[in-house]
Amino acid sequence: MRPVSSWGRLNADPHEVVNLRDTNAAISVLSERRPGIALGMARSYGDVCLNPGGILWNTKGLDHFVHFDERLGRLRCEAGVLVRDIQRLTVPRGWMLAVTPGTQLITVGGAVANDVHGKNHHVHGSFGDHVRWLKLLRTDGEIIECGPADRTDWFAATIGGMGLTGVVLEAELQLRPVIGPWMQAETLPYENLDEFFTLADASEQGWEHTVSWIDCIGSKEGRGLFMRANHAKTQARPEPCVRSFAMPVVPPVSLVNGLTLRPFNTAYFHLHKASTTIVHYEAFSYPLDNVRDWNRLYGPRGFYQYQSVVPRQVQRDASKAMLNEITRSGEGSFLAVLKTFGHRLSLGMLSFPMPGATLALDFPNRGDRTLALFSRLDAIVSEAGGRVYCAKDARMPRTLFETGYPRLAEFLPYRDPGISSAMSRRLMGS
Amino acid sequence: MISVNRKIVVIGATSSIAEHCARDWVKAGNADLVLVGRDLQRTERVAADLRVRSPSSRIQAIQADFAEAKAIADVVQTIVAQGSPDVVLIAHGSLPDQDACQQSLALAGNALQVNGVSPVLFAEAFASSMGLAGRGTIAIIGSVAGDRGRKSNYVYGAAKGLVSRYAEGLQHRFAGTGVSIVVIKPGPTDTPMTAALKARGARLAPVEDVAHSIVKGINQGGSTIYVPGKWRWIMLIIRHLPAFVFNKLNI
Repeated sequence: MRPVSSWGRLNADPHEVVNLRDTNAAISVLSERRPGIALGMARSYGDVCLNPGGILWNTKGLDHFVHFDERLGRLRCEAGVLVRDIQRLTVPRGWMLAVTPGTQLITVGGAVANDVHGKNHHVHGSFGDHVRWLKLLRTDGEIIECGPADRTDWFAATIGGMGLTGVVLEAELQLRPVIGPWMQAETLPYENLDEFFTLADASEQGWEHTVSWIDCIGSKEGRGLFMRANHAKTQARPEPCVRSFAMPVVPPVSLVNGLTLRPFNTAYFHLHKASTTIVHYEAFSYPLDNVRDWNRLYGPRGFYQYQSVVPRQVQRDASKAMLNEITRSGEGSFLAVLKTFGHRLSLGMLSFPMPGATLALDFPNRGDRTLALFSRLDAIVSEAGGRVYCAKDARMPRTLFETGYPRLAEFLPYRDPGISSAMSRRLMGS
Repeated sequence: MISVNRKIVVIGATSSIAEHCARDWVKAGNADLVLVGRDLQRTERVAADLRVRSPSSRIQAIQADFAEAKAIADVVQTIVAQGSPDVVLIAHGSLPDQDACQQSLALAGNALQVNGVSPVLFAEAFASSMGLAGRGTIAIIGSVAGDRGRKSNYVYGAAKGLVSRYAEGLQHRFAGTGVSIVVIKPGPTDTPMTAALKARGARLAPVEDVAHSIVKGINQGGSTIYVPGKWRWIMLIIRHLPAFVFNKLNI
């Protein structure tokens, strides 16, 4: 038994961590019939990857590439391979993952289980849209191979299925061609939410990546910085010399608090003028990956991330209402992201993205105060017909989960009875 | 056909440290890699991964029996027939449970064989042909555990001590020639072999870092490499503790 935390560091309960070394070992380990859940890099924020007092099947050793068809851009690999390692292998050969989230320190298995999305949802959808094949191991030893054209029901249950349909052992991914590691990026300040939505709509055509940082504390209107980027062909230039930092200790209190946040946000907003730059894809897409253990910033009590999506028809009003609640509460943090999803419907039964606007904010854990704010946000999301992202969640009420994910009943028959997580017990009762 | 790539042989190629060294080697440039493992399927899995990482490298997987002197001689003969290697990394081993070894002589014997005798026989088999070629590096993975016997793992430690003493002799034999012998002594490293230590809360070095240091150390030459480097100083102290102090320590 050793303590395991997810990225939010809200708790560090003891778990029995069992390494899955290879497929054969995995079959014998899983057949022990004690409920567990697969663990990747534990970069999800809440309890989707946790199983306090129980077993975690660590997929770290499943980190082998199996085959790469360089002509078609198809990569077969084991589930523990990191997104970072795929990108570093394939970008020099003219290919890259179509969809990655804000960190590349995640495994392929985790990306499948949470059907992660990135800044280019309006062009490429979510991670599951680029999976051609999955090899799933059930705890009874059965191996299920599925894909978008083969055993599609299993595929739709497993994409975004929170690891509950079996342990993903291998995947084949369709990569997208890319002309190089460089991107042309624009930053555009906006003064309020209306300006944001105008920019977002105008940028859907012509810009592959769109995202915005929103100041959740310095202004009532919702000012922020809109960023958009395209992969760009540029003159060969040296790869940036990246300096990596680490947060060396856990400070006794959260360093993100009322005293630090307002001046920081104000400065950040005003220091960024409208600009165009050429930037390396790692710096643009994964800016925090060079600050190891940045989650320690929030102190010993950890932090929550609240990420919701609300449908397109009500996105302005619902986003405004949520932002008002957050500004009024004085909670929140520097890390606040607002972006729009495209029209593409997710293929996973429990996938998060839907056409509309998604707001993601970190909140230092201040106990009841923070949870009370979340309840008020839940009410807005629920009324808007939206949903909360399971990969970030540690506390949503079961009713919100059930209304937010209407395909839940369809999903349940595909669950593996030998798999259980803190989240599945909290939201599905087992 | 004469290959211009560096020819590297890895014995125990499915070991986590060896595999990460191989990843580093193919990342640095094309190589001719011969991977030798006890289980062909698992060795092929490592080979497939390396082929994706470096399509222009030549990567072979070979199965061998690691316990039998004759089998070791044969497989090494097959490998050197293709040309004398530039680097041989001998990396296999398994961490036995000390208590279990104290209960079972068979288990203790097996641990001594796998971690001590077998690596030494591999090195000896390569030594002759590399001596004839007059060049190359034999790197053997020992352990800090071989530096002084301790109650918590002296069977494993004795086997690794055998490796160290053997390598010393080989270094003496090849002094002044183009053949170099490197002993690598990793501290506790985060690999499947040490999963039980980790479960008990031990602090382990990341295997990627250990592999980087090994590859760097082999390139630079040097007779004994501790990884991470701090273990050189820790073991210096532990080796020199007088028995009346040492025997009071619970290590």
